[in-house]
Amino acid sequence: MPVTQSPAAIMQPTPQQLVLSGHWCAQSIGALAARLPLLHFGPGSPVLADAAKIEALDSSGAWLLQTLLLRLQHEGAVPTLQGLRAEFTPLLEAVALHRKEVDAAPGHGVIARAQPDLLAGVGLATLQWCKLAVEALAFVGECAMALGGWIAHPSRIRWRPILFNIRSAGVDALPIVAVLSFLLGIVVAYQAADQLRQFGANIFVADLVGLSMLREFAPLITAIIIAGRSGSAYAAQIGTMAVTEEIDAMRTLAIPPLELLVLPKVLALVIALPLLTVFADVLGVFGGMVMAQAQLGVGFTDFLDRFVKAVSVTSYMVGIAKAPVFAAIIAMVGCFQGLRTRGGADNVGRQTTRSVVQSIFLVIVADALFSVVFSVLEL
Amino acid sequence: MTTTAANAQAVIDMHDVTTRFGAHVVHCGIDLCVRRNEIFALIGGSGSGKSTLLRELILLHRPDAGTIRVLGTDLHALSDRDAKALRLRWGVLFQHGGLFGSLTVLQNVGLPLREHTGLDSQLIDEIAAWKIAIAGLAPEVGAQYPAELSGGMMKRASLARALALDPELLFLDEPTAGLDPEGAAGVDDLVRGLRDDFGLSIVIVTHDLDLLWQVADRVAVLGDGRVQAVGSMTALSGLDNPLVRPFFAGARGRAAQDRDHGAVSAGNMQQEAGWRAR
Repeated sequence: MPVTQSPAAIMQPTPQQLVLSGHWCAQSIGALAARLPLLHFGPGSPVLADAAKIEALDSSGAWLLQTLLLRLQHEGAVPTLQGLRAEFTPLLEAVALHRKEVDAAPGHGVIARAQPDLLAGVGLATLQWCKLAVEALAFVGECAMALGGWIAHPSRIRWRPILFNIRSAGVDALPIVAVLSFLLGIVVAYQAADQLRQFGANIFVADLVGLSMLREFAPLITAIIIAGRSGSAYAAQIGTMAVTEEIDAMRTLAIPPLELLVLPKVLALVIALPLLTVFADVLGVFGGMVMAQAQLGVGFTDFLDRFVKAVSVTSYMVGIAKAPVFAAIIAMVGCFQGLRTRGGADNVGRQTTRSVVQSIFLVIVADALFSVVFSVLEL
Repeated sequence: MTTTAANAQAVIDMHDVTTRFGAHVVHCGIDLCVRRNEIFALIGGSGSGKSTLLRELILLHRPDAGTIRVLGTDLHALSDRDAKALRLRWGVLFQHGGLFGSLTVLQNVGLPLREHTGLDSQLIDEIAAWKIAIAGLAPEVGAQYPAELSGGMMKRASLARALALDPELLFLDEPTAGLDPEGAAGVDDLVRGLRDDFGLSIVIVTHDLDLLWQVADRVAVLGDGRVQAVGSMTALSGLDNPLVRPFFAGARGRAAQDRDHGAVSAGNMQQEAGWRAR
């Protein structure tokens, strides 16, 4: 197969004659294949196909040639192929043999997977969601059982992976949490500045920044960062292990994957996220202070004086109390989606995406529920 | 092997190939020649550089020195255009299949056709289904995803993909590793059939002694960074080289040899194959 090839061609010098020429190879029959369906002959008419000028034939070319001959036959014409080089005939015969076998077998060659219709699709999807819900519930239950086992036998607690996860999910996340919460504090103070200045109530920026950061923004932004940063990593790590049969190996070695992989991550995050939230509180309020001084002329001392009066310890605790719940959601969703991974690399990516989307979704839902509960409790 | 007449017939011609990973020398001066329409096997112990040599042949790794000519093209200083043209002329069966997990088997096999030819989708699916049949798989396998296949089916599906563009040269990396004896015997027949029916030249990297005795025309033994010996299995079995002996000594080596002699001698086998090619 030289690089320069004359493409496959068909000429029709007389109405009942075809002259085939050129390289009938996969890369040079594309143009011809598109035009072939335009070739028609009346029923009963003899067609003489002269293949002597075919210079090269590969299996794609042979397939196309055989398709043409069969179609002409099917339309009632009587095609005869002549002059094909002897070296090419075995290939053409192989195609003919295969097509005969396919036609003889039920179901005709290319078998596509049946697509369910709309109603069946909706039904299947619903069923899958129900199964997922049951599985998720079972997973939470298993985690609780395993945790119960740890509490009953504290010697079984695996401190090493817990500490490792606290470092990777907590300590290593400090810089990004610092930058983002500082910026969030600046944004909140900036938005408030204009409104407060209109009323001459500049000092109340401390109330606004303090309450909103401590109660809502710091826990939420930290949870979202950690969901993207650690939840995805958990899903990808466990998913890859599931695909490469490492999880199965662990089970056969009588090491429960839940105890080695899942619980340490959940516990580590439950410890680390509240601490990160406190850190985010500090940086967020500091961002607000910087903006208050720049835009509203409220100095650091004035700001802190007001801050202590405006923000109660309850508000601070309300924010911190959410963090362990968010942490449990993020870690469990990540591990759950990771463990459900089947198949190949592709599914690892899909499950990772799913874990991030679902954990952020659930974190925000949980946050809304907290707001309802706190307002009922008048905290 | 060094005469020009032989080189004109060569699909692969390696001269003085040297490869180093840091201070570790993998190959120091390898000379090899694979002839057209030949089944050529590369063997050697673990870490002898078989797989690296294969990767160098298929443009996945560049040797530190030496020249490699594949299908008449020098792999050194290859333009992108020539590299692409060359890549379309060979097929590779990877040890673990290398099938794309997001595509069905039919789509995997059709992918080279879809990417490099102007054929329409239906025609590609038909040709791909034929290749799947050539590789010895049932038509319904086409609709399955690689993750749903057994090890043997995976190898066959991967072979079907390697055959999609009618390569002149086929590289098989451990085609029988991880297969049951029946599946491995099937691969023996398949490889011989491909050479005889399609006139392919085939390079196999393997540890499988049965495959070597049943299929390989010539075998090169790598060891200590050099080619220790080249020849038919019968010829190699007479050598006293300490790096070649392990393949023939021991219970497994003798059993594979006996199985082969039990059926037909290696010489007869080659004659028979040659006759069928004509």
